[in-house]
Amino acid sequence: MTAQIRVNGKDETLTVATVAELLAARGVTKPKGVAVALNGAVVPAARWPEARLAPGDRIEIVRPFGGG
Amino acid sequence: MTEMTLKGASDADALVIGERRLASRLLMGSGGYPNQQAMLDSLAAGEPGLVTVAIRRISLEGYAESVVDLLGERYALLPNTAGCATVRDAVLTAELAREALDTNWVKLELIGDRETLYPDVVQLLQATEELVRKGFVVLPYCNEDPVTCRKLADVGAAAVMPLGSPIGSGLGIVNPYAIERIVATSPVPVILDAGIGTASDAALAMELGCDGVLLNTAVARAHDPRRMAEAMRLAIRAGRAARLAGRIPKRTLAEPSSPQLGLIGG
Repeated sequence: MTAQIRVNGKDETLTVATVAELLAARGVTKPKGVAVALNGAVVPAARWPEARLAPGDRIEIVRPFGGG
Repeated sequence: MTEMTLKGASDADALVIGERRLASRLLMGSGGYPNQQAMLDSLAAGEPGLVTVAIRRISLEGYAESVVDLLGERYALLPNTAGCATVRDAVLTAELAREALDTNWVKLELIGDRETLYPDVVQLLQATEELVRKGFVVLPYCNEDPVTCRKLADVGAAAVMPLGSPIGSGLGIVNPYAIERIVATSPVPVILDAGIGTASDAALAMELGCDGVLLNTAVARAHDPRRMAEAMRLAIRAGRAARLAGRIPKRTLAEPSSPQLGLIGG
């Protein structure tokens, strides 16, 4: 299945089915310090494998950076 | 006085926010250093009670070393909502930070103007109230306005963080009378946040009665960041000691400090 999904503000055509698969495909393997929001709601790391992606979804993948 | 008694004195005088006792009244940011080693050296020299971090989209192409791996073991991290301009974005950023860092503390920034980075007070109050309701310990970055600070405390802010002058400006404390008034009227700790340029600004904040100082650019962009961090640490301690000691009132005419009787001649 392919779906048009907005990843960190950029529209992308994806073949992955879940948040966990998306992160793995992008090389984000260790959850420490990484957080994900799907359509404006935080998805805890424990639920990444079951969080399914649907066409039109908006996903934000963030981590801490240096800041004041 | 020995280093040990000074340390003992500062332990007894620790800053408490919420129910947490901080190891220092100096809070430092982790952004804008010339390089990673300069940041680590500066934090080591400053010994901050909290270190702020920003929450940003990861670059999906390159997953570099995380600031959590670098700092998480040694420092208590305080995520911020820097750059957020709406309540919705600030609340989601705080929730993402809670997930990423396993902390319910947040430095709440709600920016109303890109040029001055002044807070949007209306949205700041709304977001503070909402985050408190969601169980966060909220430290809002706010204007140096006693009314705003009191209202923030009323809706549950754990501390208020009035600006000395615009973020990164290095102008110091442009309205010390307002800061003094905030200190006198705030039911929660007051952290001077933003505008610090050099050590005397940090000392002044403490002399005015602030409970702590949060700074970043003054150290990160100093010619020698590590040395400036050390200067800030000492300034915070000096300013706090002066505050507790109680300064003399200011006078416009001289008051001799030597005896007026027993002068020779005449």
